[in-house]
Amino acid sequence: MIFARRAWVVVWKDLLVERRSKETLNALFFFSLLLLFVFQFALGPDRERLAATLPGLLWLGFILAGLLGLGRTFVVERENDCWEGLLLAPGDKSAIYVGKLAGNLLLMLVVEAMLLALFVIFFNLEIAAALPGLALVVLLGTVGFAAVGTLFAAMTAQVRARELLFPVLLLPVQVPVLLATVKATEAVLLGEPLGAVAHWLKLLAAADVIYVAAGVLTFDFLLES
Amino acid sequence: MAPDALVRVSGLRKAFGGHRVLDGVTLEVRAGEALALLGANGAGKTTLLRILATLARPTRGTAWVAGHDCARDPERVRPHIGLVAHGSYVYEDLTALENLRFWTGLAGLGVPRTDLMAALAAVELERFAGERVRTFSAGMKRRLSLARFVLARPRVLLLDEPFAGLDQRAKKWLEEHLQAFKAGGGAIVMATHSFGRELAVADRIAILAGGGIALDTPRGSRGADEIARLYRLYTENGA
Repeated sequence: MIFARRAWVVVWKDLLVERRSKETLNALFFFSLLLLFVFQFALGPDRERLAATLPGLLWLGFILAGLLGLGRTFVVERENDCWEGLLLAPGDKSAIYVGKLAGNLLLMLVVEAMLLALFVIFFNLEIAAALPGLALVVLLGTVGFAAVGTLFAAMTAQVRARELLFPVLLLPVQVPVLLATVKATEAVLLGEPLGAVAHWLKLLAAADVIYVAAGVLTFDFLLES
Repeated sequence: MAPDALVRVSGLRKAFGGHRVLDGVTLEVRAGEALALLGANGAGKTTLLRILATLARPTRGTAWVAGHDCARDPERVRPHIGLVAHGSYVYEDLTALENLRFWTGLAGLGVPRTDLMAALAAVELERFAGERVRTFSAGMKRRLSLARFVLARPRVLLLDEPFAGLDQRAKKWLEEHLQAFKAGGGAIVMATHSFGRELAVADRIAILAGGGIALDTPRGSRGADEIARLYRLYTENGA
């Protein structure tokens, strides 16, 4: 119960700070807009090309936006040495990880919904029928991405070359998740039932469990070192 | 070791690469006692405080706070310490009240709003409870950081230049608060560069020089001039 309350105050604080500063959300919105313009110019009006590349483009957008957002996770903690305050707070540090992960997950899902809406508008897509399946794939993919991203953001927060190191560490670990999400997204957007991509969904769910468990188990050690 | 020692440091060494900042530091601070650490820049005052606060590990030797080893058992030490360092540990985009609510919540303390407001009143910030910290002066942030310890009630206060950035009124409040903390059985280790009024709260002064304790003596009735003379004597000889 205390663990949940401690995790909750971290989520509450992060979302409140973001609501007031709007630093991450504003930056990601304009970044997404820019990305869509680039995609639009690169692909042109060819619908077949678009259909073939859409899953990859969609996840490229999610990942690039996610890298920017996750990389900022612990920036707020550097202000006034709050990082040290977190370290000195008595109790299980994994509650901080769970709180940070939940906050990142919410923020990433908002950005992804925004990006998806922009894709629909820019490319005049019809995805209403595929939306429930797509939502499940995106949710599973985002949990895995945010779980490792939050952990690596903490690991690189105090490092000088963190902007470089963060994606270099994160992306190789994300290969199984990226592979599964792009494949499952492709199938869902082509109108295949979820049963047809069950193996990818199982892989995503397993990766999520492993990544979250690894984060919870190692965060204390990581913060202390 | 004195039975009522809340802080005990024995043969402490801390090296950064080949440079030994602390080497063979031994000292004790009892319950109800305040120790002022004096020393030139780079003498190791902040490093010693960081080891006691479990933020740095000693290279050799031991540091104990409230009966727990700072390096081996930091989680048992942390509930007993309050650290006021150069950073104020406050979030600029939260209000004063929200900052207190966050830190007490993170410590697992379910503190009601009335107690949070009372803590803000104790540091004379109750009028600014709903104001974002971004609008605060450095002194106000320092007072807000101190308000956390009004609520957490640690047994040992570790203070790094605690009077820096405070106006005369806030200094007086802090002095009174520290005296009350000592009277309640708390121990204080305070790093400072000041020899004046800030030292009034100290029962002992220790001068760090050359990596070790060059002098550890009761403050007694020594005035600022006498302490400055001792400081010059030991830092010039020990440096």
